[in-house]
Amino acid sequence: MNLNALWEYANPKKFIATTDRVLPFVAWMAALLLVTGLVWGFFFTPDDYKQGATVKIIYLHVPAALMAINAWLMMLVTSLVWIVRRHHVSALAARAAAPVGMVMTLIALATGALWGQPMWGTWWAWDPRLTSFLVLFLFYLGYIALWEAIENDDTAADLTSILCLVGSVFALLSRYAVNFWNQGLHQGASLSLDKEENVADVFWYPLLVAMAGFALLFVALVLVRTRTEIRARRMRALEARERMQA
Amino acid sequence: MIALLTRDMRLAVRAGGGFGLGLAFFLIVVVLVPFGVGPQGALLSKIAPGILWLGALLACLLSLDRIFALDWEDGSLDLLATAPLPMEGIVSVKALAHWLTTSLPLVLAAPVLGVLLNLPAPGFGWLLVSLALGTPALSVIGTFGAALTVGLKRGGLLLSLLVLPLYVPTLIFGAEVARRGAEGYDVTTPLALLAGITCGTIALLPFASAAVLKINLR
Repeated sequence: MNLNALWEYANPKKFIATTDRVLPFVAWMAALLLVTGLVWGFFFTPDDYKQGATVKIIYLHVPAALMAINAWLMMLVTSLVWIVRRHHVSALAARAAAPVGMVMTLIALATGALWGQPMWGTWWAWDPRLTSFLVLFLFYLGYIALWEAIENDDTAADLTSILCLVGSVFALLSRYAVNFWNQGLHQGASLSLDKEENVADVFWYPLLVAMAGFALLFVALVLVRTRTEIRARRMRALEARERMQA
Repeated sequence: MIALLTRDMRLAVRAGGGFGLGLAFFLIVVVLVPFGVGPQGALLSKIAPGILWLGALLACLLSLDRIFALDWEDGSLDLLATAPLPMEGIVSVKALAHWLTTSLPLVLAAPVLGVLLNLPAPGFGWLLVSLALGTPALSVIGTFGAALTVGLKRGGLLLSLLVLPLYVPTLIFGAEVARRGAEGYDVTTPLALLAGITCGTIALLPFASAAVLKINLR
């Protein structure tokens, strides 16, 4: 595919038409993968020899945490596209992704607490990973609040995208700052592609399916929300035109 | 630029008590802490560096909305924007004025308040150094937040929500310097990182603040 063709979807009409066709497929695939991954993970994998059945929280915890970070990355990219090329769909997609990402962060934090209680004996510890997720949650809150606070759409898009850029730098800084500030309880990465010591394959395959399911779920939700935003904006434009003519 | 700086400082000192307000707030926060956690000297001296850093940070936050709000209301911000000075320069001068009028008094007052909180003797110097080195970053980051929310009617609460997460790295390293200093450990690493954050924000963030201010003045 020609890469330039990608910019065609910046046209809201084209975006709506294409997503009309794509969305049902994405949504059904997300549902299928999620059900497969979770059922497989919950009922057809052995218990961990140390953690028992609690290990199964991994099928919610890891994919949610993954998408919490990727949602912010997506917002960063779409914000950049908005600043550079001024495509409204891009700005609206960033706006649509933020609450989804925030909920993913919340899911990761909540499932982490549920998992931490039996394993570490505490719901919460000021561990670097936990803390930086909490900080990420605060960044989401600020970003969404700024969108809500500004009335002019273009101004809001401009300001939030700059906040997203600056916030990304500071989120990254905070990530390493908290690393410095406290030692962790949370294990390091055990899902890397290039490491010897990873989770065993029995857990890995259903987890992979669940992660793909979460990713598609995220895509589907963002598409739906972006379409809603586009339509809401179109409706406002129509209403304004009617008032002008009346 | 210097004219703008002196004007801003004169306004801050003379107009409506904004100058002493931050200091008074800092004092009150520090006085309230022993009421909250109890008067035991050992506990207080343990948490003193953190409390002093937090208090200074909050006092700094409290005065942020004054950076642009008054100029925005009476239209002098529009005049400044059309002046031959680049917007980045205006923003930097505003941040500098905020630091000189708000943060610097906080830095100087901190050791006095440290006495109230039973700060260990080796901690005073490092507290002063860490605050002096860290508060410029707070002012510059705060200027960015103030520029973001300048056009909003009720921007105060939103301003805190936006700025406080951005303060996380500065607070971590700054308080770490003060804490290590108070406990007599080596402070080189956090001190270097704190200085890095301050230099980085001073160098880069005015561009973002200027861009944001331009959007808001459109």
